Amino acid sequence: MSIDTAPTVSATALDATSGAATRHDILHRLLMTLGPILAALVIAGCILLAVGVDPLAYYGYVLEKGLFSPLGIQQTLTRMAPLLFLAAGLIVAFRAGMWNLGGDGQFLLGAVTAAASAPVFIQIMPSWLALICSFLIAMVVAMIWSLVPALLRAYQGVNEIITTLMMTFLGTSLANVLVKLVFRDPGTTVPQTRTLPVEDRLPRLFETTITSGLLLGLAAIIIVHLVMTRTAFGLKLRIVGANPRAAVHSGLGVPGLTIAVFAISAGLAGLAGAVDIIGVQGNVRADWNPAYGLAVIPAVFLARMNGFAAIGFVFLLSVLSIGGESAARRLGVPNHFTLVLVSIVLIVLALAEYFDHRYSQSRRA
Amino acid sequence: MTGLFSEVFLSALLFGAVTAAIPLLLAGLGEQMSEKAGVLNIGIEGMMLAGAYLGFVGAFYSGSLWLGFLTGAAGGVAVALVMALLCVRIGLNQIVIGIALTLGLEGLTALLHHFQFSRSYPRLPAADATVIPLLSDIPVIGPAFFKQHLIVYLAVALVFGMGYVYRRTQLGLNLQAAGDKPAALDVAGIDVVRTRTIAVLTTGALAGLGGAYLANVGAGLFIPFITNGAGFLGIVLAMLARGRPIWVLFGALLFGICLSLTTAMQVAGINIPTDIIQMLPFLAVMIMLVLFGRRASLPAALGIPYERGAR
Repeated sequence: MSIDTAPTVSATALDATSGAATRHDILHRLLMTLGPILAALVIAGCILLAVGVDPLAYYGYVLEKGLFSPLGIQQTLTRMAPLLFLAAGLIVAFRAGMWNLGGDGQFLLGAVTAAASAPVFIQIMPSWLALICSFLIAMVVAMIWSLVPALLRAYQGVNEIITTLMMTFLGTSLANVLVKLVFRDPGTTVPQTRTLPVEDRLPRLFETTITSGLLLGLAAIIIVHLVMTRTAFGLKLRIVGANPRAAVHSGLGVPGLTIAVFAISAGLAGLAGAVDIIGVQGNVRADWNPAYGLAVIPAVFLARMNGFAAIGFVFLLSVLSIGGESAARRLGVPNHFTLVLVSIVLIVLALAEYFDHRYSQSRRA
Repeated sequence: MTGLFSEVFLSALLFGAVTAAIPLLLAGLGEQMSEKAGVLNIGIEGMMLAGAYLGFVGAFYSGSLWLGFLTGAAGGVAVALVMALLCVRIGLNQIVIGIALTLGLEGLTALLHHFQFSRSYPRLPAADATVIPLLSDIPVIGPAFFKQHLIVYLAVALVFGMGYVYRRTQLGLNLQAAGDKPAALDVAGIDVVRTRTIAVLTTGALAGLGGAYLANVGAGLFIPFITNGAGFLGIVLAMLARGRPIWVLFGALLFGICLSLTTAMQVAGINIPTDIIQMLPFLAVMIMLVLFGRRASLPAALGIPYERGAR
C-alpha cells in the first residue's frame, strides 16, 4: 500500500553535521549541485542550437533577467514566496509518507478564496486584519478540499495518489467555475475576480518590489523543517512515513495523524495560493493555472525533504522560470523551453546524486 | 432542447465517447502493466505527448495513418527507454524522474510544434472507418461502436489479449511477481530488471499509440499540451482497475462519455459552463471511491527500485 519512503530515513542524517566535516561537506554539496546544473545547461543548450537559437545569448538573458539585474532578482525573490509555501506543504506530506499530488488544486482554491474575500474584508475591517482573515480562509478552504482524500486514506486505505490527483482536476475546474460564475468582477469584460488595490496588498520589502510574502514563505518552510526534525510531533509523522505498521504498534493514532498531515500540507498549499494573490497578482483571471506544484514536487525530493536545501532548489526554480520568461520574450523562443530546461536540470541532479552515493559507498567498502 | 435525445444526438455522443475513450484505454492498459511490475510510471503523460507529436509528424509527412501510429508508439518507447534506464536499471526515484519527463516532453513537443507547425496548423484528413456489416446498422449503438477506425477494434482486442497474458502465461506471472515480491522472482532465476524493463517499454508503446490516436484520429492535428492530463487519467484508471484490463475498458468508457458530453452539450446549445461538465468524470470516480473504495490492492513493491541483496 505505502510506497517507498526510504529517503525520509536518510534525510535526518543530513541534519547532523559535525564541526570538522562541515566545511568539506558544504563544498562537496555545492560542487554536486553546481556541476550537474552546468551539465544540464550544456545539454539544454544543444537543444537550443538544434532549433537555431544561440544558447549563450539565451543563458545570458536568463542570468541577467533572473539573477543579476535589480528588477530581475526582485521578481525572482517574489516568485519564491508561493513556491516556498508549496514546498513546505510537500515536505510535511512526503516525510510522513503521503503522496499529496493535489497541490495545484489546493493552491488554486486557496488563491480564488483569497482573491474573493480580500476585497470584501478590506471594506469592513483594518487592512492588516483583512489580509490575515483572507489568509486564514484560503487555508481552511484548501484544508477542506483535502479532507476527502485524507479520510479515505485514514479509514479506508484508499491510495491518496488517485484521490489527490482527482481532487486536483476537480479543484482546477471548480476554481474556474467560481471565477466565472460566483466571484466574477462585474466591472470588467474579462472573467476575473475583483482586483485588490495595490496599496492593500502585502507590503513590499523596503524600497524594492519584493513581496513580504517571501519572508512568510521562508518562515513557513523553516518552521516546518524544525517541527519535522526537532519535535515529538515531527518524529511521530516520520515514523508513520517510515513504517505505518510499526507506528500502529507503537501506539500512535495513525488515522488522526494522517488527517493532520493532509490538513497541514493542503493548508500550506492554500496559503501559497493566497500569498501569490494577496502579495503579487491582486486577482485571479479565469483559466489561470501556473501549475507550480508539478515542478516543486521533484525539487523537494532532490532536497531530500530538507527545508534548507529546498530553499536553494526553490531559488533555482525561480531564477530559471523568471529568467526563462524574459529570455523567451527577447529571443522568440516559446516559454515552453523553460520546462525543458527544468526537466533536464532535475534529471541530471538526480543522476549526479546517484553516482555520488555510489562513489562514497565504494570508498567506504 | 428537443434535439437532446434524438437518435442523431445520442449516436454522436456515443461516437465521441468511444473516440475519447481509446487514448485513455491505451494509457490505462500501459500503466497497468508498469504498476503490476512494480513501477509507478508518472512519466506516462510525457510518453503520450511524445507519441502524439511523433505520431502526427509521421502521419503528416508520410500520408499514412498506420505509419503515424508506428512512429507514435516508437516515440513513447523512446521516452520509456529513458525511464527504464533511470528508474529500473539504476533505481532513481520514480516520481522525480516521471514528473521530470512529463515536464520535459510538455516543453519539448510545444517547442518543436512552435518552430514547425505554429504558422500553418496543418490538419490530417479524417480517418476512414472500418464498417462492420450488419452490426453497424443497429440504430444509435451501431455507428458508435462498429464504424470506427480499425485501431479501435484492435485496442479493444488488446484488453482481452492482456487479460490472457496476465492469467495464463509465464510472462504474466513474472510481471506480477516483479511487483509483489521481486526478490522471489530473482531467486527463481528470472531477471527482475529485465521483466520490469519489458513492462515499462510496453507502457511506452501503448501510451505513445494512445497519444498518436489522440492527435491523428481524435483531433486530426497536434497542438501543445494536447493530452491535457490523459496520462494522469490513465494512472487513475490503472489503479482503480486493480490489475484487471476489462475494468480499464469500462473506466475509459465512463470517462469517454463524460468528455463527449462536454462537446455534445455545447453543440446542443445547452448553456452550462464547460468547466462544470469537465468535473463530471472526476466527480464520478470520487463518488465511486467513497462508496466502494476499501483497500485497493496495489502491488507490494510498487515504486521501490529492486536492488539484489538489499534488505
